[in-house]
Parts: sequence; C-alpha cells; structure tokens
Amino acid sequence: MDNVELLSRIQFAFTIAFHYIYPPLSIGLGVCLVVMEGLYLKTKNKVYEELTRFWVKIFALIFGIGVATGIVMEFEFGTNWATYSRYVGDIFGSALAAEGIFAFALESAFLGILLFGWNKVSPRVHFMATVLVALGSIFSALWIVVANSWQQTPSGYRIEGKGMHARAIVTDFWAMVFNPSSIERYSHVLIGALLAGSFLVLSVSAWYILKKQYILHAQAAFRIALWVAAVSSLAQLFTGSKSAEVVTKYQPAKLAAMEGHFDKLAPADMYLVGWVNAKEQKTTGIKIPGGLSFLVHQDSKAPIPGLNSIRPEDRPTAVNFVFQTYHLMVAIGITLIGLTLFSLFMLYRKKLFETRWLMGIFVFSVLLPQIANQVGWYTAEVGRQPWVVYGLLRTSNALSQAVKAEHVLASLILFTFIYMMLFGLFLYLLNKKIQHGPDVIDSDQEEPSSRMNPVFN
Amino acid sequence: MDTVLGIDLPTWWFLLIGALISGYGILDGFDLGAGALHLFFRKEESRRIALNAIGPVWDGNEVWLVIGAGSLFAAFPLVYGTILSVFYLPFILFLVAIIFRAISIEFRSKEKMKWWRKLWDISFCLSSIAISMLLGLILGNLIQGIPLNANHEFVGRLRDFFNPYALLVAITVLSLFMMHGAMYLIMKTEDRIFARLTIIANNTSKFFILCFMATSLATLIYVPHMTAIFKDYPELFVLPIGAVLIVLNIRRSIEKRQYRRGFVSSSVTTALLLILFAMGLYPNLVLSNIDPRGHISIYEAASSDGSLRTMLLFAFIGMPLVGMYTVFMFWTFRGKVKLEEHSY
Repeated sequence: MDNVELLSRIQFAFTIAFHYIYPPLSIGLGVCLVVMEGLYLKTKNKVYEELTRFWVKIFALIFGIGVATGIVMEFEFGTNWATYSRYVGDIFGSALAAEGIFAFALESAFLGILLFGWNKVSPRVHFMATVLVALGSIFSALWIVVANSWQQTPSGYRIEGKGMHARAIVTDFWAMVFNPSSIERYSHVLIGALLAGSFLVLSVSAWYILKKQYILHAQAAFRIALWVAAVSSLAQLFTGSKSAEVVTKYQPAKLAAMEGHFDKLAPADMYLVGWVNAKEQKTTGIKIPGGLSFLVHQDSKAPIPGLNSIRPEDRPTAVNFVFQTYHLMVAIGITLIGLTLFSLFMLYRKKLFETRWLMGIFVFSVLLPQIANQVGWYTAEVGRQPWVVYGLLRTSNALSQAVKAEHVLASLILFTFIYMMLFGLFLYLLNKKIQHGPDVIDSDQEEPSSRMNPVFN
Repeated sequence: MDTVLGIDLPTWWFLLIGALISGYGILDGFDLGAGALHLFFRKEESRRIALNAIGPVWDGNEVWLVIGAGSLFAAFPLVYGTILSVFYLPFILFLVAIIFRAISIEFRSKEKMKWWRKLWDISFCLSSIAISMLLGLILGNLIQGIPLNANHEFVGRLRDFFNPYALLVAITVLSLFMMHGAMYLIMKTEDRIFARLTIIANNTSKFFILCFMATSLATLIYVPHMTAIFKDYPELFVLPIGAVLIVLNIRRSIEKRQYRRGFVSSSVTTALLLILFAMGLYPNLVLSNIDPRGHISIYEAASSDGSLRTMLLFAFIGMPLVGMYTVFMFWTFRGKVKLEEHSY
C-alpha cells in the first residue's frame, strides 16, 4: 500500500466515522420530535411544547455539525478518489445528486422554519416543518445507503471501456437503486439511527429523573423514547438477520471474516466472543458449533465457504477487526433488546422511574447504539476490502492520480485537529444545554412548583 | 445523439449545472458577503441583527452547492474528479472554511462571554472571506485553463495557481459578494445598522466596479480565448454590454436608495458573469493551457445517456420543488429582522 492510498483511506475512514455520529442522532431525534410535537398539538399540554422546544435546540446543534461534516464527504470523493468518482459517477453520482435534490433540500429549507419559525407560522405549519425535516433526513439516508449498497452488491450496470478508462454505466436505474442489499441495509441503518436518537433522549431524561429535575418533562420524554427504542431494538434483530442473509449470499468473503472462518469448505461455527489469529488461521472463543451453518442453511453440517476458498488477493486482510466489530455490534443489539424490554416491564409495573440503578444505566446507555452503529459500519466497509466496489474496482485503483502524499497528510492533520476541537465543543455545548434544561413557561394548567417536585406515576 | 427538446443531454446538464452554480452564487453569495462584512459592525446588537438576517436561510442556500456538486459528480464524473483532485489543497481549505463558518453561526450565540462571541465573529468573517476568495481563485484558474496533458493528466504545480490573474478574480468575487451581501442586509435592517450599511453598500459597489473593470481588461488582454466566441457570434456581444449596464444600474439603485432593485441587479450580475464564463468554455468544461487535446469537453466527460436522461427527469421534478422550498422559506422570513428568543 503506498502512502497516498494509506493516508487517503485513513482520512476517509476518520472523516466518515466522525460524520456518522451526527446523522443517526438527528434522524432518531427527528422522529422523537415529531411524536413530541404531535402530542402537543393533540393534547395542548404545555409539557410537550416545552419538551419539543428543548429538543429542537439540541437537534439544531447536532444537525449543524452533521451538515458541515457531510459536505466534506461529498467533496472527498472527488479530491481523494478521483478515479473512483470517474468509475462510478454514472451510478454513485446519480444517487448523491438525488439525495441533494430530493432530501437535503427538504431538510435544510424546513430546518429554518423548525428553528426560527415558532412565531412566524401557525403551530400546524410548524409541525409540518418538523415532519418534513424528519422525512428529509430519512430520505437522505435512503439515497446514501443505496449508493453505498451498490458498492457492496453492484447490479443494474455494465462496464464500458478498459483499464484506467473503464467505468460502470447504469443499464437499469431501478435495479441499481434496489440492488440486492439496498432494502436490507437501509432498514438496518435507519433503525440504528432510531436507536441512536431515542437513546439520547432516554439518557438525558434518565439523568433529569435521577437529579429530580424537570420530572414531568423527563418522564414524558422517557416514555416516548422508550417505545421508539423498544420497537426499534426488536426490529433490529430482524433487519440484522436479513442483512446477514444478503452478506451470506453476495459477499462470502465478508461473511467468512465476520465469523473468522478459514476452512475452504466446511461447516462453520458461530462465536459469541472470540479472537482470530489470521496468521495461523485459527479462531478461538466461545462458540456454537455449526451455528453459522445452521443459521444459513438450517443444517449445522452444511458447508460454508471459508476465506481459503477465495483468492488470497481478494480476501479482506483485517479479519480479526471485522470479527470483533461484528460481534460487538451483535452483543450491543442483544443488550438493547434486554434493556428496553425489561424497562417496559418496569413501566408496566409502575416502578421504572423509581429504579435508580436502571436510570443510572440509561444515563450511559447513549453510548451503546453509537458504538454499535460505528462498529457495524466498520464491519460493512472493512469486510468489503480490498474492493471499493465489490468484485469490480479495487480500493488501491480508486485513488486520485494528481494528489501527492504530503498534501493528503496535511489535510489529514488539519481534519484531525478540527474534528477533535469540534467534538470537544459539541460535548461542551450539549452538556450546557442539558444542564440548562427545558425552559418552563408559566401556565395556568399547573402550578410551577409542582413541576419541580418528583411526581411518580 | 440523444436529445430532449432539440438539445443534447450533455448540453442540458451543462446548462443545469450552470444554473445551479449561478443559484449558489446568488443565494450563498449574499450570506457569504454578509459574513465578510461582519466585522464592520461594531455593536453586539448590530452583529446579531446581521447574523439573524441570514440565520434561517443560509443553510438552505448552501443546498445549492451540495446539489451543484452532486450533479457535476453525476453528469460529468471525469470533470468532478479532475477539478477536485487538481485543486486538492484549495478545496480542502474551502471545506475547512465551510466547517468553521457553519459552527461559528451555530456556536456564537451559545455563550454570553465577550471573548467567546468575538472569537466566533472573527471565525465567521474570515471563513466567509476565505470561501469567497477560494472559489474565485479556482474560477480564475479555470478561466485561464490548467496544465493538462493530452491524457487529461495534471502536469502543473500547486503554486502556479497563485498567479496574479487568479488572485484578481478572487478579489473580484469577494467584492461582488460583499456588495451583494450589503444589499441584502440593507433590505433586512433598519435604524443604526441600516445607516451604516448604506455607506458600506456605497463603498463596496465602488470597489466592485473597480475590480470588475480590472478583471474585464485583464481577461481581454491575457485570456483571449474567453472572448473568442464573440468573433463567431457578434450578436452575443449583447451579454457583456448587458453586464456593464446592470453593474451601472447597481450604482444608480444605490444612489436612488432603491435597494431591492440593487439587490436584483447584483443577483443578475452574478448570473451574467457566470454565463459569460460558461460561454467561453462551451462545449468544454475544463480547458488545458498547454495542449488543446487536454481540454475536457462535455461529450467526453458525460455520463451515459441513460443516466443523464433519468437524472434530467429527476431535475425536472426536483428543481421546481427546491425552488418552492426556497421561495416559501424567504417568504416566511420576509420583512425586517427583529431579535427574539429564538434568534442567534
């Protein structure tokens, strides 16, 4: 790997991983906002209004950083991966342009009304703006995941030209959009985003409940987010297994890496935890023998192609990394199901908000979906290597020819520095908003003093 | 060749991307200009008013950049890769400035400390200036052509981009945006800041006209290929004449205190200058200044007909929608800026 490739890959991985903190949060939070504001319109309860206004401010902070870091991604395809851009422009470019025109324009225009329109438009129009911003961010994810899924499972194209002048041409637009992994991966990503957003609301609300502040707001928000989170975490089990089916069918090398399976053609085990020694081609850990074979073929003896059945130059190199990230994602997914179902049970028993240790767990739980989203994405992207477009274009052939290593190094240092600062400022301002809490408007429905007292249901 | 309404598909996309870039220049142009003028406002209240004049709309304005770049990627991937990788460092700095600008607007109001606000004021102003000038610098080099060999490979050096002509274009773009921004802010403000802006509009428009004349002259002398089209089609000469008249109209509007008309004129000026640039390029998108075989034409760079056709359909559906959002947004926030609880 030459320096330009290594540095460009680090830069892309770093900038996209950082960017990917924010859009899932704004998608999930957007959906929670729609529920909160919808409840306000329906019940006219001031608590929901104050909640909506509070979370809109946090939404704005997250959205702003998401947009700024997202524009970087769009340009990086051209700056660092010019050959890739030329190769896939017909396809990837179309999806990206469609994202801009059908999704990003919608969210950005109505974001202004969501943030500043409170006194300019009627509550109904404001609610419509909230819905449109949430929809925009959901559509946005759709086109981006479609573009990425085409890289994983290309279809609806033909290759024109040879060598450095080769490029992929769309032959069937809808086959390109609905390529074999689009729907499965999109639903998986979208639900991951709902989890990220709802757990942020859960975390902040749990913290207020523990501190006995804004109890009414916190409990209302917690209930909304808990339902979103519980339904999402269960649904994620389903979309996750669907995504695994697609990987099994279309990306055997990635599947083999996910379970550290080397044998050319043998039944494969499923690990709960483990460690892959790629050099000795050995995987050790706690496993269900034949588990993967059973999952894939409903037969624990059925052979699954391992990494050795794939040409050495076409195998992912970081097998243990793919294995670990994949297993961490699954473990977190299972944890979230247990946590949310148990909490719903406690809510039903009317003990949820009194169970301090559980609230304590929820304060930190915000990290779990974030970590799962990150490592899940690493599994998908590192598992696809050495291809940038699976089976068609190698990452090492996708670079810009005009760019020098020292320029990439300079930009990498610059981005690292700025993103670190940005992250610090983000945490500082987020914390400040949380400390400040929702602005309680005096209302005649309730005595303000009652809001400060803990009210348990 | 595949045509729609008698125009071939690559030309359609050349026109559409031109329209998107012009839209970006007009829309983000005024908020970049407002940013570049930011430090001229001394009082905290004035700065807040200026910031809130663009507050609800700047993000929507930037959408035009995202769609423009996405369309260039989709329709002319060869050009997208070439321009962005050749101008690697200028574009990276451009992105850094975009980040700083976005967070300056977002973060400034979050703390009351004087140093905090001053810090983000400076960051907002400098990043706005940097974005305008980097766009101008890249434009200036694209007007002159860049060193591409017959295989469209870049054979130049980074420092050649910092030539006097490109710097002149960079300053001209900055002066245009500052004037445009002043015109926008005048429409959105009253009282003290309004009075200050009438002076700023007067000065920036004079500065722009100076830059405009210098750039026009330099282009005639040093970049003759940009004006070659007028030899073949002398009737097109009406456009540069129109540009001059519109620019003069900006001055007239300012003197007559018809600022809305002035704003429209500076919008038209932005579009006309880009149209003149596009006419000098067509049917090429990137010119080589060392070998005519290095030019990248729209036909060579275009995506497949199928893709261009599908995307054109999307544009016909999507662009009116984007236009409607834009109009709805500006209509919602029409009138003079009043500071309130949701303001920055």
